[in-house]
Amino acid sequence: MNAILYLWLIPLLPFAGFLLNGILGRRLPKWLVATVALLAPLAAFCMILQISIGLYASPVAFSHLPFIQTCPLGWINVGTFHADFSFVLDQLSLTMLLVITGVGFLIHIYSVGYMSHEEGYARYFSYLNLFLFFMTVLVLAGNALLMFVGWEGVGLASYLLIGFYFQKKSAADAGKKAFIVNRIGDFGFLIGMFLLVANFGTLTFTEIATKLGQDPGWQGGVVTVIALCLLLGATGKSAQLPLYIWLPDAMEGPTPVSALIHAATMVTAGVYMIARNHVLFDHSPFALSVIAIIGAATALFAATIALVQNDIKRVLAYSTISQLGYMFLGCGVAAYSAAIFHLMTHAFFKALLFLAAGSVIHGLGGEQDLRKMGGLWKKLPVTFWTMTVAVFAIAGFPPLAAYFSKDAILYAAFTQGTNGKILWTVGLITALLTSFYMFRLWYMAFMGTSRNPETHPHESPFTMLGPLTILALLSICGGLIGIERFGNFLAPSVGARLIDLTDPRVEPVLGIVAVAIAVLGWFVAFSLYSEHPKQPARLVAALPRGYKLLVHKYYVDEIYGYVVVKPLLGISKFVLEYVVDVAILGGLAWLLGGIATFAGAILQRWQSGNIRSYAAWVAAGAAALLLFVLVPWGTVWPESLAFVWKVAGH
Amino acid sequence: MNPAYTQLLQQDVPLAWYLVLSAALFSLGVVGFLIKRNLITVFMSIELMLNAVNLSFVTFAHQWHAVKGQIFVFFVMMVAAAEAAVGLAIIIAVFRARATLAVDRIDLMKL
Repeated sequence: MNAILYLWLIPLLPFAGFLLNGILGRRLPKWLVATVALLAPLAAFCMILQISIGLYASPVAFSHLPFIQTCPLGWINVGTFHADFSFVLDQLSLTMLLVITGVGFLIHIYSVGYMSHEEGYARYFSYLNLFLFFMTVLVLAGNALLMFVGWEGVGLASYLLIGFYFQKKSAADAGKKAFIVNRIGDFGFLIGMFLLVANFGTLTFTEIATKLGQDPGWQGGVVTVIALCLLLGATGKSAQLPLYIWLPDAMEGPTPVSALIHAATMVTAGVYMIARNHVLFDHSPFALSVIAIIGAATALFAATIALVQNDIKRVLAYSTISQLGYMFLGCGVAAYSAAIFHLMTHAFFKALLFLAAGSVIHGLGGEQDLRKMGGLWKKLPVTFWTMTVAVFAIAGFPPLAAYFSKDAILYAAFTQGTNGKILWTVGLITALLTSFYMFRLWYMAFMGTSRNPETHPHESPFTMLGPLTILALLSICGGLIGIERFGNFLAPSVGARLIDLTDPRVEPVLGIVAVAIAVLGWFVAFSLYSEHPKQPARLVAALPRGYKLLVHKYYVDEIYGYVVVKPLLGISKFVLEYVVDVAILGGLAWLLGGIATFAGAILQRWQSGNIRSYAAWVAAGAAALLLFVLVPWGTVWPESLAFVWKVAGH
Repeated sequence: MNPAYTQLLQQDVPLAWYLVLSAALFSLGVVGFLIKRNLITVFMSIELMLNAVNLSFVTFAHQWHAVKGQIFVFFVMMVAAAEAAVGLAIIIAVFRARATLAVDRIDLMKL
């Protein structure tokens, strides 16, 4: 169990990789840059694996979790408030770390092939390592403040990587959009932290949980406000309504980045944060129901947009938003272990989907439009088979990963009373849509014949196909752990959900319904995109308004543009620029400059350059000083005034 | 010799006389410094002011039987000697460069 003692090495190894590649990378050969970048996550992954195996082998050590490691130097000590650099290793952070460094390592390998022809090789890998550093800090953090450091850091890494092709204006804009939208969420997180300090006097997760447990008076009220503030932060990072708008644009970054940051790890930070603070949310049923409603609404909303997208990465981006909605739904019905379970399986199959899509894009020389693909199954066999696994997994076919995790969330929703039934229905409709749009993508990209005969697709190198294969295996087996075993494992961290005992026969029935829905989605996609290829166009012609609404993503970007961005820009332009900057600040500067110039113009005459005049002034000054010191003015003035008074005739 | 005169010699000269003399010399120096055009005369005026101060130092040192004032006079004389060396060198350099010693013409410090 010695490996646990070096917990701090897990974030620091990728950080060392970042420093090395960031400072020296430009002068090093590519193979060395790649080696450094790959070693950091590999070493971290091996450490975590060693810790996990050690814990698995010894139940005694396992029962000692959570293991807390605190930097002895301290960080912030103000009065009674303390915040330390403390890392916590428990079942939850262990799961997250395995996913982050494991999937992260695979995506690093994939990047070696994918980025081999790109400029800025070292820059790319140093950003990727920087991301892993901040993400591991976020996950290991023992208090909200340190978590916030990681939270902001992954936002920074995300910004840098979205804008990786910064010469392209759309990429630079997408980076800025992601950053600014996330700031709105961070504002909520900050306010939540302020309220935590004000009410609990601490930001340490365990202490907050203890204080909440000691006093049954903490129910609703201020706890709800704190929970809703934290939720705002989570919706920003995890791309939920109403702050989801940055994620589709984030697809401007390189595809491996979309897989790692904008599908598998960073965007799940919001779910992780809710699970980490679950005691707080458990004390506020209102906040929980808000989470559930936001999750269900986002899942459905994003899935409908994904139906009509033609950019392969945008379909996957909306699919990610939709799947994150499922995780929020799971958190909202207090089934945190189900949400984390789905987080894990989603990391496998969505990273696989993105990487396979990246392989397609790579093979087609940068083509992302589904309408120009087709018939790729013959040309890209490995990509095709791995993509098929991922599509079946996300659609929810047993025994692939998402069947188990999605089922767990839907079951948890179903057993949550009447409102739960509504949430379950929404989730089921989303599952139908998910199955449909994924098979639509599958048919359009891989089946039929090529719609663009000029392209000569080629299969990707082994560095890309290896990670695809491993992720495909994980997507197949990942769900077989089963929610019960996974839930029992996580229970010490996130608590076990008390399910009201409905009929035990309900669960298999729900499972069958879910599979039937997935098959239905497949069938619809099959008949529309394989059997009757002209049918979709006719459908569009029949429903022009609905289609337009979906293609324009419900005009949300436009609405935000008019309601938020335009007024803000107007205020910045007229109030801040013209009134404050030009009139007030500029006027003040002009006034000060004017006074100085005017005074200088007068006093300039003193500087005649004539030494004798200077000497005369010195002599006059000395005489004035003498007069001032020697003459007792205090007595002279009244006497002389009296004298003048007398002379005047009084 | 006239006994009255002898008596006068044996008396101390009053302090004020020395100080008045010192002030007069200093004022002469100041006026000379301000109104003279020739740089050498200006320089001599400075020497006059220094020696006026020296006189008052010696006076007070004698009055209070304190040797410090007299030591200070030596310092002043030494600095004055050094200053004379440097100052005269500068004056010669100025004269070589500008062919004049009129203070009004040496006005390079003016903007």
